[in-house]
Amino acid sequence: MWITALMLSFATVATAAPDQNAVEPTEGEERAVLTDAPTVPPPITRKHATKVVVRLEVVETEMTVAEGVRYSFWTFGGKVPGKFIRIREGDLVEFHLDNHPDNKMPHNIDLHAVTGPGGGAASSLSAPGHSSVFSFKALNPGLYVYHCATAPVAMHVANGMYGLILVEPRDGLPKVDREYYVMQGDLYTKGPNGQPGLQPFSMLKAIDERPEYVVFNGAVGAIAGDKALQARIGETVRLYFGVGGPNLTSSFHVIGEIFDRVWPEGNTSVVSHNVQTTMVPAGGAAIIDFKVEVPGTYILVDHSLTRAFNKGALGMLKVEGGDNKIVYSGKISDEVYQPEGSRIRVTDLPPQPARPALTRKQLLDRGRSVYTTNCAACHQANGQGIPKAFPPLARSDYLNADKVRAIRTVTGGLQGSVTVNGEKYNGVMPAWTLSDEDVAAVLTYVYGSWGNSGKEVSAQEVKTHRAKGSAKASE
Amino acid sequence: MKTAGALIAVTAAAIALASGTAAGGAAAPEDMALVPAGPPAAFFVPGGSGVPAAGADRGASADVPAFLIDRRPVTRRQFAEFLRRRPEWSRSRVAAVLADAHYLEDWASDFDAGARVPPDAPVTRVSWFAANAYCQWRGKELPTVDQWERAAAGDGKDTAATRDRILRWYSQPATEPLGVVGRGAPNAYGVYDLHGLIWEWTLDFNSTLISTDSRDPGGKDDPLFCGSGSLGAVDPSDYATFMRYALRNSLRASYTTSRLGFRCAAEPDRP
Repeated sequence: MWITALMLSFATVATAAPDQNAVEPTEGEERAVLTDAPTVPPPITRKHATKVVVRLEVVETEMTVAEGVRYSFWTFGGKVPGKFIRIREGDLVEFHLDNHPDNKMPHNIDLHAVTGPGGGAASSLSAPGHSSVFSFKALNPGLYVYHCATAPVAMHVANGMYGLILVEPRDGLPKVDREYYVMQGDLYTKGPNGQPGLQPFSMLKAIDERPEYVVFNGAVGAIAGDKALQARIGETVRLYFGVGGPNLTSSFHVIGEIFDRVWPEGNTSVVSHNVQTTMVPAGGAAIIDFKVEVPGTYILVDHSLTRAFNKGALGMLKVEGGDNKIVYSGKISDEVYQPEGSRIRVTDLPPQPARPALTRKQLLDRGRSVYTTNCAACHQANGQGIPKAFPPLARSDYLNADKVRAIRTVTGGLQGSVTVNGEKYNGVMPAWTLSDEDVAAVLTYVYGSWGNSGKEVSAQEVKTHRAKGSAKASE
Repeated sequence: MKTAGALIAVTAAAIALASGTAAGGAAAPEDMALVPAGPPAAFFVPGGSGVPAAGADRGASADVPAFLIDRRPVTRRQFAEFLRRRPEWSRSRVAAVLADAHYLEDWASDFDAGARVPPDAPVTRVSWFAANAYCQWRGKELPTVDQWERAAAGDGKDTAATRDRILRWYSQPATEPLGVVGRGAPNAYGVYDLHGLIWEWTLDFNSTLISTDSRDPGGKDDPLFCGSGSLGAVDPSDYATFMRYALRNSLRASYTTSRLGFRCAAEPDRP
């Protein structure tokens, strides 16, 4: 008795037993509101079960994975992840899976929220141009993954065929100010990370579980920059976070936040408090709540960090509002710290195959991509830098005066006092281990942007003027 | 090479006509290729239980007897001729049970394929019934799954490259108009376009019951259900082939899709 009472006190949400949901009568009928990530359909306010009609269309479509990199995605509703479906426990769902006539592949759907063989898969296999219907009663509340289960299932999932279905407990979840939908997936492209063009699926990399990309919401940067999630201070944000996989488990973390509440495994009956990183398995989900107190940008990552910093598993939540110096002071001082030994980071990179010369447009695109990845964090996307910390690259006298110095700065780093546009800066820029081609591209991009001189920098010049002692990044 | 091969085939056909060569001889009309008798390119383990290693012995099924198969898929031009001769298969006259609502919907009219797609592109959006009727009209029949897979496997020397090509094809959304048949290189048997252009109907497309749920281990109800998941497959890493079986399994005989066409086969002594 005592144990039961204790357990009940941990449960924050009242739910009915599956048996009860199986027989709960439904009243009325409605069409499900479906949304693309990161949007979530509105909470369910009705206090009874109903019949919900869900129409989900499978669309095969070419989309961007990363700048200049295209991929042929198979989708539930045209985007990755698939449409968010929101129902209530006890609901009777009439599910229509429509396979678009322009598609090439057969598809079906397995919803983890379904009780029954295959989760609907066996009842929903649809040839291109055909539509299947089945129905299920939502017996268990929770946040569930759905995905295509047609052979070969791993390829269908790798190509983007996953999404989330929320079965709300009968009394709903605690009210919050913002709800967002984020899903992680791993992508296996034939070409290495960053190789431009339409990339076919690599069966071998998938089987070896060696993804080239690990992304939130289907693409590198899908929820970053001007597509970042938004909130204001004082608000409570809820993330419906799922992992489509097909293979990798996520160590989901938001840098600078502590999750006030997590319903791990998408299980609405048990809540954890004060969580730093929550592990979400492939084919699993979690509901994550946290209140934002301090303005700024919070970075969503898979804390298996090379995935975040090399493969794309990185998103942003931008929080606006006035400073709260008590909760967080911001930087109080910053002085140059100079340890013993080399200040240059040396990494051996594998030799890169020779590529054909790029057109100016390709060079600029590549340069923008290199800039976004390596430079924008300090010098900012608009080249304005940050006053007193990082000098501007826009209309920069220091930059425009000397091309060779610019090459040496990027390849060898820079430390100490410099004057840029009349302002003094005393900081450290590390040496970048970029290939000749990438340095040429990024400098050409910088020189070609924001009112700079428009100089072009060739890979040959970079090779000639590369700072001594810096890493040899390419053959 | 190609010309020489064709010449030999024509010569052989002439000899066959003259001497009435028995089945299994090298007789082939110019537009068909002879695939010699040999083991089927089995994808699923017969009676499948247990997990075979990748590249494991492909089973002990009976050999597929020698057969002839069209070198190229049936084109829109060829199908238009069939429709003029057999107007009951035209779009407006075909019975609904024999072809779904998308049947030939990309054609300009009943007998005119239109100019948007080249006339020598493969005909698609045809049902199994229509494909079957076409082949019979030509005195042929649809290839069986075993025949088709055996022809498609070629001499087995470039399996990895072929799979790569197929996966690349899967990566291209089906929004571009189809190209004409016979453009790429033929395979070891002199057959074109088995991969990378369209899916193709087979006579017994629904005889292998791959489960609609790719992870279903199966094996309890019916040996054929072992086709269901990777447990029954000879090579579970062969994603390209899985997809072909899954597509076949999603079809019914009245279905049509924008990337599903066909070619015909025949016995060697009855070209």
